[in-house]
Amino acid sequence: MDMINLKIDGLDVSVPKDTTILQAAKQLNIDIPTLCYLKGINEVGSCRVCVVEVEGWRGLHPACVTKVSEGLVVKTATKTVREARQNILELIMANHNRECLSCARNTNCELQKLCNDAGIGDTTFEKKADRGSIDCSGSVVRDPSKCVLCGRCVSVCSNTQNVGVISYAHRGAHTSVTTPYEVELAGLECINCGQCIKVCPVGALQEKDATERVWSALENPDLHVVVQTAPAVRVALGEEFGMPVGTNVEGKMVTALKRLGFVKVFDTNFSADLTIMEEGTELINRINNGGKLPMITSCSPGWIKFCEHNYHEFLENLSTCKSPQQMFGAVAKSYYPQKAGVDPKKVFVVSVMPCTAKKYEADREEMKVDGLRDIDAVITTRELAKMIKQARIEFEKLPDSCYDSILGASTGAGVIFGNTGGVMEAALRTVADILTGKDLKEIEYTAVRGMEGIREATVNISGMDLKVAIVNGTGNAAKLLDKIKAGEANYHFIEVMACPGGCINGGGQPIIMDKSKTEEVKQKRIEGIYAIDKSRAKRKSHENPEIKALYDEYLGKPGEHKSHKLLHTHYTAR
Amino acid sequence: METTKILSARFGKIRPDSVEEYVAAGGYEGLKKAIGMQHLDVIEEIKKANLFGRGGAAYPTGIKWEQAYAIKKGPKYMVCNADEGEPGTFKDKHIMAEDPFQLIEGMTIGAYLMGATEGFIYIRGEYMGIQRIVRSAIENAKKAGYLGKNILGAGFDFDLKVVSGAGAYVCGENTALVESIEGKPGRPRQKPPYIKNCGLYQMPTILNNVETYSCIPWIVKDGGEAFSALGTDFSGGTKLMCLSGNVAKRGVYEIPFGTTLRELIYTIGGGIPNGKKLKFVHLGGSSGACFPESLLDTKICYNDLKKNGLSLGSGAVLVVDDSSCPVDYLKAVMEFFEEESCGKCTPCREGNQRMVEILEKLTEGKGTMEDIKKLKSLAQTMKTTSFCGLGQSAPVPVITLIKYFEAEFIAHTEGKCPAGKCKMNGKGVK
Repeated sequence: MDMINLKIDGLDVSVPKDTTILQAAKQLNIDIPTLCYLKGINEVGSCRVCVVEVEGWRGLHPACVTKVSEGLVVKTATKTVREARQNILELIMANHNRECLSCARNTNCELQKLCNDAGIGDTTFEKKADRGSIDCSGSVVRDPSKCVLCGRCVSVCSNTQNVGVISYAHRGAHTSVTTPYEVELAGLECINCGQCIKVCPVGALQEKDATERVWSALENPDLHVVVQTAPAVRVALGEEFGMPVGTNVEGKMVTALKRLGFVKVFDTNFSADLTIMEEGTELINRINNGGKLPMITSCSPGWIKFCEHNYHEFLENLSTCKSPQQMFGAVAKSYYPQKAGVDPKKVFVVSVMPCTAKKYEADREEMKVDGLRDIDAVITTRELAKMIKQARIEFEKLPDSCYDSILGASTGAGVIFGNTGGVMEAALRTVADILTGKDLKEIEYTAVRGMEGIREATVNISGMDLKVAIVNGTGNAAKLLDKIKAGEANYHFIEVMACPGGCINGGGQPIIMDKSKTEEVKQKRIEGIYAIDKSRAKRKSHENPEIKALYDEYLGKPGEHKSHKLLHTHYTAR
Repeated sequence: METTKILSARFGKIRPDSVEEYVAAGGYEGLKKAIGMQHLDVIEEIKKANLFGRGGAAYPTGIKWEQAYAIKKGPKYMVCNADEGEPGTFKDKHIMAEDPFQLIEGMTIGAYLMGATEGFIYIRGEYMGIQRIVRSAIENAKKAGYLGKNILGAGFDFDLKVVSGAGAYVCGENTALVESIEGKPGRPRQKPPYIKNCGLYQMPTILNNVETYSCIPWIVKDGGEAFSALGTDFSGGTKLMCLSGNVAKRGVYEIPFGTTLRELIYTIGGGIPNGKKLKFVHLGGSSGACFPESLLDTKICYNDLKKNGLSLGSGAVLVVDDSSCPVDYLKAVMEFFEEESCGKCTPCREGNQRMVEILEKLTEGKGTMEDIKKLKSLAQTMKTTSFCGLGQSAPVPVITLIKYFEAEFIAHTEGKCPAGKCKMNGKGVK
């Protein structure tokens, strides 16, 4: 490989061609500050926080997008650089709504850290630019008064997710990041994935907070408040309490939820197993009876809305199964109250989700049975952490507890729903057993695992080659669907998760403050998920004893009348 | 002063969109000659001409064309920057309104050399009437076989389209202009890659100003040396200068390089009217330098100006008399940039805004010495860290006005406006 030699702050470094000054400096443990830069997503060099001096070059240059060349002499902290950086940070700060004490991102804000590190005092500038008003119409809340115009959300929405409902508008002092014609997000093609929240360096993007709604339900003596926790929450919640990334905090989380006052703490892993029963059966039926193929998973509400807006011709390919969140709600208000002797009308179901789109999904018109909404409130992993902090519970010191019966048992197949490839693998484990009529021992389908945006595999089950694809990120989903439309690819079964990496990197998960660690954090959360799977005695959904009981005592068989009424849904071309 | 006219020779003498009248007045001789020459020989003539880009950046055109010619990738596009957004600049307007064929011919010569079959003239939105003239000229050139298929039977095709700007000053910045032609918001691109390698639709693009292209036919017809001889050793040819402000005879004048600013303002422009004295000259547009009388004997030549810390820019010469206050004047200039920054990078978007805020304080008598210090510091930061030429040059009037008139800025912090222009409402409110 061609190596380039340069000098940064007097230190020699040798790096491959096409390396940026920012990356080269990193090798020397020189951490040039950045704000708008987001590797692979937003490399636009517009905030100018990372400017450095290069000997012989006029002016200062952004380290994030300036490539190294042989013999460069770079200086990253001269008086000129420091003064420029301080001015730039002061300029950004002056137009930023500095309500730090009451901001959800306080102590977790990149601008706050940059200003602190650079020693920015208060500013004498008084005027505030008008960048629009707060939009809390959808699952994602935008507060333009805090926006620093870095453009990360614009890039992730347009390029990564292929959604593109926010962009820059106006110019000069009036520049803002907004929606087309400043229409509310809820009225647009926003899929509520919340990836914009995850990349926002400040508090300009947040989920719509539902903690007050949950608190009041918990404090209402007339309600029977139960909670479910999604697979990916347990490997990320610990980060909010300073625990190592990827730690499985399932037991502590259950204890915390009980202390918060939930009557029963249930598990979305349970309903993930239930989803496999229904979805696996649906897949076998579609294959055997000439149904619409490829069948595409429907667990990810961001993906569903994306498909409803952009790929009407694939709506019939979507599995009719509700997502695990909604299936849980449906049985929590039918089967559970019957068994527990509770009035279904008094059951209040709360979901803890790694996802902002789940808030939207829960509110979809069709997500109700016999007049009862499946789900009453959805909070994200971050909101649960907030409630635990509000209750002053010392989370890291909590003892472990177990999920409650009769919607709390789960298998390894249920938990792997939390990352890309997991739904596919869980389905294959059950489908293979059904089709072969055996209790197969080889259950780790490593071919469908991984982090790449689009993966394909052919799995031989009982003499049949099942062609599958796994996609994460709606931008990648669009690419794959376009290939299918063009006749360049075909599959039996496709798993789509709207967020890059799947639910472990959902829009409701803890903010990764150091963005250079994003891939590492995703990987560790995924490892956490697979470790749980491996530790389970039962790793196939159809072996879940509470699922068996649910079918035996209440539902009958997968896909039959009662299941259909409770657990299946339909889609709308939008 | 009688001097050779190149660009304005036919002004007012022909119907602007008549090919016949243009040809009768010596038009299209350059293109005909170019077709009979080796490509590299034509480029050599342009190099000999010492022609520098007339848009403001003053890049040597011959070198630019030589580099573009050497690029193997294609298709190549010809683009003309006719956005002319620099305040006080109206020379391209005259070329396009009075003799647009010299521009069209210049672009056609370029297209012939480069093998480009498509070209775009990006004209500012405010020039709606001029857009009509240029469109009509293009149509007539097509009918007469000077554009379109198999031009002059020489076996090459070239088509031109007029693209209208929508009012953004930043679209005069070449990469933002290209983005705008592509239908995107006019915001500059990161360089490299440069326009010549990766311009319109990511293809090699030859992008020049109206005046630059318009020099090409004469250079090809009469030779690079003849063109160069009209100017100074360093700067070849003539230049259209735009005189405006407190000067008796405002307008566009074609002068040979080497003319001094004093000759331009006093001999050609008739000096300062109403018995006033010159306070300063704002040269090259709003983003140019402001300087006093003492520099007036500087020759209009890229090199001589540079030696005095000045830049010709677009060729705008805005004359300001001694009834004006530099602080008040600067506020108006910076309000323009506050609106016209594209908003992409922090220093330009926020810096211009805050400079206006400080200047408002100063003109109201609420400013402090700290504010002047901040103004200087911000100007320096903008100059060194802005993304594109807009933000890098917007602070030039700030830097130069403070340099030459610092005492007046300081007087404002003491509640006094020596020129008596500022209202100083907040006097004593500090």
